[in-house]
Amino acid sequence: MGTEVVVEGLTKSFGGQNIWQDVTLTLPAGEVSVMLGPSGTGKTVFLKSLVGLLKPERGRVLVDGVDMINSPERDIYAVRRLFGLMFQDGALFGSMSLYDNIAFPLREHTRKKEGEIRRIVLERMEMVGLLGAESRLPGEISGGMRKRAGLARALVLDPQIILIDEPDSGLDPVRTAFISQLLIDLNAQIDATMLIVTHNLDIASTVPDNMGMLYRRNLVTFGPREVLLTSDEPVVAQFLSGRREGPIGMSEEKDAATLAQERHVAPAPAPRVLAPQLQPSPGLPERAAVERRRARVLAMLADLPEPARAAILQGQGENWGHGQGHGQGAGQDHDRGRGEDAGQDHDRGHGEREGQDQSRSRRHAPAGGGGAL
Amino acid sequence: MTAELPVRPERTATTRPATPPGPGSEPGPGSGPGSGPGRRRGGRGPGRPGRRGGRLLAPLRETGRLFTLAATVTRETFRRPFQLREFIEQFWFIASVTILPAALVSIPFGAVIALQVGSLTQQLGAQSFTGGASVLAVVQQASPLIVALLISGAGGSAICADLGSRKIREELDAMEVMGVSPVQRLVVPRVLATMLVAVLLNGLVSVVGTLGGYFFNVILQDGTPGAYLASFSALAQLPDLWISEIKALIFGFLAGIVAAHRGLNPRGGPKGVGDAVNQSVVITFLLLFFVNMVLTAIYLQIVPAKGA
Repeated sequence: MGTEVVVEGLTKSFGGQNIWQDVTLTLPAGEVSVMLGPSGTGKTVFLKSLVGLLKPERGRVLVDGVDMINSPERDIYAVRRLFGLMFQDGALFGSMSLYDNIAFPLREHTRKKEGEIRRIVLERMEMVGLLGAESRLPGEISGGMRKRAGLARALVLDPQIILIDEPDSGLDPVRTAFISQLLIDLNAQIDATMLIVTHNLDIASTVPDNMGMLYRRNLVTFGPREVLLTSDEPVVAQFLSGRREGPIGMSEEKDAATLAQERHVAPAPAPRVLAPQLQPSPGLPERAAVERRRARVLAMLADLPEPARAAILQGQGENWGHGQGHGQGAGQDHDRGRGEDAGQDHDRGHGEREGQDQSRSRRHAPAGGGGAL
Repeated sequence: MTAELPVRPERTATTRPATPPGPGSEPGPGSGPGSGPGRRRGGRGPGRPGRRGGRLLAPLRETGRLFTLAATVTRETFRRPFQLREFIEQFWFIASVTILPAALVSIPFGAVIALQVGSLTQQLGAQSFTGGASVLAVVQQASPLIVALLISGAGGSAICADLGSRKIREELDAMEVMGVSPVQRLVVPRVLATMLVAVLLNGLVSVVGTLGGYFFNVILQDGTPGAYLASFSALAQLPDLWISEIKALIFGFLAGIVAAHRGLNPRGGPKGVGDAVNQSVVITFLLLFFVNMVLTAIYLQIVPAKGA
């Protein structure tokens, strides 16, 4: 089971410029959370602060009892092994082949034999659809492949907390959908706490259990997905519908005059539909987080705003009623037919599209994969 | 333009850059014409937290960081597992880029010293001491400096560029997240490699420089081989060789540390890496000559000259 991450009163500035202040939230153990926010609101900075790469001036980040900001470096290094972080462009070691890149954490931190390392690395590479590209150098492959390789590297040590920086940037919609499914499958298999930083609306509306949004140096909200997805907060509503009308402007925010003008001109926004959450691929176990989250959300139900409460209660019936396979008929086309994809096949699909060596791609049984993880 | 939204610290901020600057990047120079001196006062030193003291103390802060890195490297040197492979690779790389230039530079350098000292001693009528004087100058001064300049120019710049580009590609961050210390994994082997190469290269340069001096003095200035060698053993002593190697060791350490320090802290972007390489070479040179002066002064104080 994943590890809980508690963030308390985090404030970060660069020089005189405040990035965000007083961010307080808890990433519940084993659940998938998404941090939204317009470009340049310090989402990546937030991610890096969680692992202690950047040191905010105030506040703390508690992981396993260790404060990632103020504890001695030695403790921080020890706790970092619980983390897997996927950087925005992969951050692969340019001088090593993909295989060596992905094997790097294993070689550094475990005493596994080469044979076993090979097995694990190939398994992860298959998972992200990179089989056949083992010997390529990061400079020779596309941005999307680098990103997936970065994800594979973040996964080899079976992390308990996975942080993902913009999984969608530089990927086409289809690959983004596959990555979304991959992340959910991953969560079902290893039950890791996950935080995804993104501004992709598809990911935001279908992947997470919890959502938060950073805007204008503050954490707007953080809570169960239903809260943000049904929120009337102008900033959230504008962001989730991707409209020009609203408080967010081109350069962070608009002034009052423009806003007032918009109110007259702009057509009323289309009602938002709460898209169903993605389910693990067939053959995989149910996500353990779902049960825990249900108990947690039901306990806090009384404190939630009315629309969120309604959505949760409605979701109760759907989600926990008939497992996977639902949602294909949902109003929005978020699924892109993922439901029909057999679990093992989408990995192979990647291989084909990348023009990789198909013959090397072994079928891997999902159950075996789950057990090894 | 009347920003009346809540929690709104500044009014002119509609022109503020949308992306937060990285820890190394400077804020855009005067963001907007309307920014008066009051705003400019926010001029945030090197864009890092803890900007008390502002620009005046910036060099001191950098010096402090340099010393911190030196201390960290020293400490991490003794931490297992030692990165033998990386060390050997770096050693081989630095040696391969410095051996030939060092040998080629040391011949004319030895020759220049021999010729200069030779003509001076001729004027003074002390020709018989030419050998000792020129060899001492080569071994004690010229050789460690040549080695250090080459190591820093050829090896240090490569180290700095390598680390710098890894830094801006976030490779070093990734390494830290994986719980691997870049200092222990990358910097320690490099610094040790520069030190070892410096010591070994110093031997080579001393020999080649001495041979060059001998050749030019004996063959071209018609010195007598016997006097050249005799004065050498009359004036030179073993500590002269020791101080030469110690200097080389320290210079190698300095070159490695400065290169690593600049490489680990580039000011954002590829251009920042270029600047960092440039700075690393310049800073190393300045430090070398200063440290050389100090070491020479100390040596001359504590080791009595032969026969004195």
